[in-house]
Parts: sequence; C-alpha cells; structure tokens
Amino acid sequence: MERVPILKIGDVLLVSIQIDLQDQSVLSLQEDLADKIVKTGARGVIIDITAVEIVDSFIGRMFATIASMSRLMDAETVVVGMRPAVAITLVELGLSLGGVRTALDLEKGMRLLGAALPDTGAGRR
Amino acid sequence: MTTPPPEELAIGSGDDVVRVRQLVRTAAGHAGMSLVDQTKLITAASELARNTFVYGGGGAVRVEHVVNARGRAGVRIAFSDRGPGIPDVDQALTEGWTSGGGLGLGLSGARRLVDEFELETEVGKGTTVTVTKWTR
Ligand SMILES: Nc1ncnc2c1ncn2[C@@H]1O[C@H](COP(=O)(O)OP(=O)(O)OP(=O)(O)O)[C@@H](O)[C@H]1O
Ligand SMILES: [Mg+2]
Repeated sequence: MERVPILKIGDVLLVSIQIDLQDQSVLSLQEDLADKIVKTGARGVIIDITAVEIVDSFIGRMFATIASMSRLMDAETVVVGMRPAVAITLVELGLSLGGVRTALDLEKGMRLLGAALPDTGAGRR
Repeated sequence: MTTPPPEELAIGSGDDVVRVRQLVRTAAGHAGMSLVDQTKLITAASELARNTFVYGGGGAVRVEHVVNARGRAGVRIAFSDRGPGIPDVDQALTEGWTSGGGLGLGLSGARRLVDEFELETEVGKGTTVTVTKWTR
C-alpha cells in the first residue's frame, strides 16, 4: 500500500495527493495526520487535490474526518484544488461536505490559514 | 474506429477497486465521454466496486462498450458477487441507509451518476449491479 507523504511548511502541514487512493491509504493518511498534528503542533492542514481525478464517498468522508479531527486538535483544515468535474460529481453523489473549508488553489488556501507560502518552498508546482 | 473488446477484472482487494477505476477511465475516454461524464462514471464504479469487495466478499467487474438503437456510444459496467445478497433492495437504495459504517451514499449516489441502473440480488446467492452511461 502506498502512503501519502505529509510535508511541513512553517506551522502548516501540506498533504498533496498524487496517487490513486485506495481505502487503506486513506485510513493511514488520517492516522498519520493526527500523529503529525500532535507532534508538530501545526495550526493548519492543507489537502491539495489538484491531481485527484475522482472523489468518491470514502475519500470525501476522509476530508470531513480530517477537518473535524484537526479542529479538535486546534488546527484548521482547508481542501484546495478541487477540479470542477469532481465538484459536480460530489454534489450529485450526495456529498456536500458542509463542514469542510475549501480554497481554489494552494496559495489561497495558505492565505486562508494566515500562512505565507515560501517562494521556493515545497509544494509549489 | 474499432470497439475494444469487453474487459473483466476480479475484485478482491482495495487495490482492485483502484484498478476498476482505471479500467473505467480508459473505457469512458475511448467512448468519447465528456470529462464530467467520465468523472461521474468512474465515481459510480468506485462506489460499486467497493460494495462488491466489502459486502459481496469480492467478485468481478465486466466493462463493455455498447451502442444504442440511435447509434450512440456508451459504457456498460457489471459488478457481480456471490455474497450474501441484499434482503431489502428499497432500503439499500435509500440515501443514507447503511448496514455497515458507511454513509449509505454508494448505491443511491451511483444510481444518480449513471443513465441506467439495474440491481439483481438474491439472498444467499449474490448480487449483480449493472450500470450504463451514454455519451451525449
Ligand atoms: N454487493 C452487495 N452485497 C450485499 N449487500 C450490499 C451490496 N452492496 C450494497 N449492499 C448493502 O446496501 C447497503 C447500502 O449500500 P451503499 O453503497 O449505498 O452504502 P454503504 O456502502 O453502506 O455506505 P457508503 O457507500 O456511503 O460508504 C450497504 O450498507 C449493504 O448493506
Ligand atoms: Mg457503499
């Protein structure tokens, strides 16, 4: 099973999803993130799904779970880069993700968290 | 343009669910579906493949290119298992109903995302869900 890497930029954790997620990878990512929030005292989590072609109910639920979980640990989560086709499909699937904050791209997401994106930092593509 | 032959794949793991998505992506692209329709079909397939794996105890998928009476191309996908079957189909198709720890969105959501949806099930024998999406 592939694991999704978690990067630390200042006090924000950046998760850029670059693989086709299977359910076990989703569960591991949730656990890894919880650990990392506690260990680093991060105040924000950004989940970058620019490269993600589909979000089904299992992956969508992960966003909601991570958002609630991080909130309990005093960190805010923002999901960035959702493709239009993914958004349309999610609504039709019946998953509105009401409690999840979103931003159009990484830069806007960082700004939403009050964090600055380093000019040459990781996560820039 | 030649029509690719039907493809079959066993569903016995979480990785197989990912493989089903990839198979459906290729077929939907080949049929000439719009990006939104491709995304809808792949998402529906992901839900149904997971059900086959989780509730059906594994099974198989068949992905097939079809053409309707008016010459329109489409993709038909059949998920089958020899699992416990579904005792109450109406209940299973109700949005938000789950027998496990899910959101109960898979069946009802997948149904909305495709053009045709057929569910055959027999308790103790298994379940087959067949969905079709046509190009526009
Ligand atoms: N192949 C199957 N074999 C047996 N039961 C099934 C099968 N597919 C679905 N079901 C039953 O139908 C119910 C509803 O399925 P559905 O996919 O809508 O929701 P879920 O899988 O419980 O949750 P979600 O898909 O939102 O994570 C399931 O909880 C299960 O009881
Ligand atoms: Mg399901």
